[in-house]
Amino acid sequence: MFSEEHKRYLKKIRRNKFFVRFVQILIIAILLISWQLAADLGLINTFISSSPKAIILTIVGLYNDGSLFHHIWVTLYEVIVSFVLGTIIGILIATLLWRFTFLAKVLDPYLTVLNSLPKVSLGPIIIIVAGAGTGSIILMALFISVIITIIDVHQAFMGTDSNKIRLLESFKSSKTQMLFKLVLPSNYNNIISVFKVNLSLTFIGVIMGEFLVSKAGVGYLIMYGSQVFNLNLVMTGIILLAIMASLMYYLILFIEKRLSR
Amino acid sequence: MILSIKDLRKIYHTKQNEILAVDNFSFNLKEGEFVAIVGPSGCGKSTILSILCGLDEPSSGTIEADKNLKFGYMLQGDNLFEWQTIFKNCLLGLEINKEVTKESKEYVKKLLKTYGLEEFMDAYPSNLSGGMRQRVSLIRTLATKPDLLFLDEPFSALDYQSRLAVSDDVYKIIKKEKKSAIMVTHDISEAISMADRIIVLSKRPSTIKSIYEIKLTNRSTPINNRKAKEFSKYYDMIWKDIDYHV
Repeated sequence: MFSEEHKRYLKKIRRNKFFVRFVQILIIAILLISWQLAADLGLINTFISSSPKAIILTIVGLYNDGSLFHHIWVTLYEVIVSFVLGTIIGILIATLLWRFTFLAKVLDPYLTVLNSLPKVSLGPIIIIVAGAGTGSIILMALFISVIITIIDVHQAFMGTDSNKIRLLESFKSSKTQMLFKLVLPSNYNNIISVFKVNLSLTFIGVIMGEFLVSKAGVGYLIMYGSQVFNLNLVMTGIILLAIMASLMYYLILFIEKRLSR
Repeated sequence: MILSIKDLRKIYHTKQNEILAVDNFSFNLKEGEFVAIVGPSGCGKSTILSILCGLDEPSSGTIEADKNLKFGYMLQGDNLFEWQTIFKNCLLGLEINKEVTKESKEYVKKLLKTYGLEEFMDAYPSNLSGGMRQRVSLIRTLATKPDLLFLDEPFSALDYQSRLAVSDDVYKIIKKEKKSAIMVTHDISEAISMADRIIVLSKRPSTIKSIYEIKLTNRSTPINNRKAKEFSKYYDMIWKDIDYHV
């Protein structure tokens, strides 16, 4: 079917891809092995730096007392709720700002200030208002993700091709029609990248919230671990977070691919 | 006469000053006529079109159009929606006006078939050549059955070869569907090869400098019209009127 040259070309691409994967795995393997060796040989203080083996044992321990999936689920639940709420609220407000230019102009300085404000400083107020519970954590995550979502989505909407807007105007299109026929679909890629940014911001917000106030969750594990000087627990929490965040990221990539087909 | 414009005037306001873009612009359009408006770039040609099709308000002057006269506007570039099929793209105007019916769909299909795009109905714009995209854009405009077409430098995004071919195509379609048209262009040859009448505008503020009835022997399609013996005579006269200073 293909010429010899084309086959060689395909083979080269495959080999190249395989090589990249191989080096990626090699790096993590070398890191883990040298970490473990350094711990076994007493080159590093395992009390502070922990070790891969200790982390695995900690995970197994958490699994055996049944709390592993509880903590993961609590954090995951908070992330999902805040992500969905944050994205919906953000896009809705951005749409309002796009629709009502006056509102956008009025709110512009407030958004700018809120955006540059370190949201963690709102923590104490959030706890007083929403109580020491899941509500506060979700609120924290929302504060972190919504403002930037509004700004990004609004900016993307305003950047819609002006010629296409004129085209719709020449058909006497209403603003709502313009939103659904042109502005939303033409900003599909922008919205997807807002999703990606939002997801990591939501993770930051949720962990920050769990640091401030929580009874369970991966952030709670890290906080608790550091308070009782159990660095194995802290490291375990970080590893769990890394796994969760990358799984969520690939989930979004997967959804993106599905939708664009 | 289907359209009568009197003393059109348009002033643009910016913070620094106001700019008189169009002044004292009057003319009448006959049914089935193809009028080209030429002039130096930035002289306010597109402004006139925007006002005529209602996207912009004139500062003063009147525009009287026949009752029931429907406009179609074709602007620079094809502006096809990359995320929709060719057929969906053609239905855009109908969808917005809530006129998608079995009949109107059939009409669009017929247009696509007549102009050689039937097999691309379910393809996406990225699979089409520049000329084909331009044809789709024209069909999208024709789908709402306008009587009068406004063409705003419709071919300026194309390279020279496709430009000739597409203007031939578009011209044939407009004549075959018996539409009237007003086209804005900065290309003098294009105007002579397509129009029945040419309005030459002056530099800003745009006023009418001269009007030419184009009478060519063996008038047929734009590409052939370029070979007519009167072609260069008109070209010279219009060139002098426009008075380009480089």
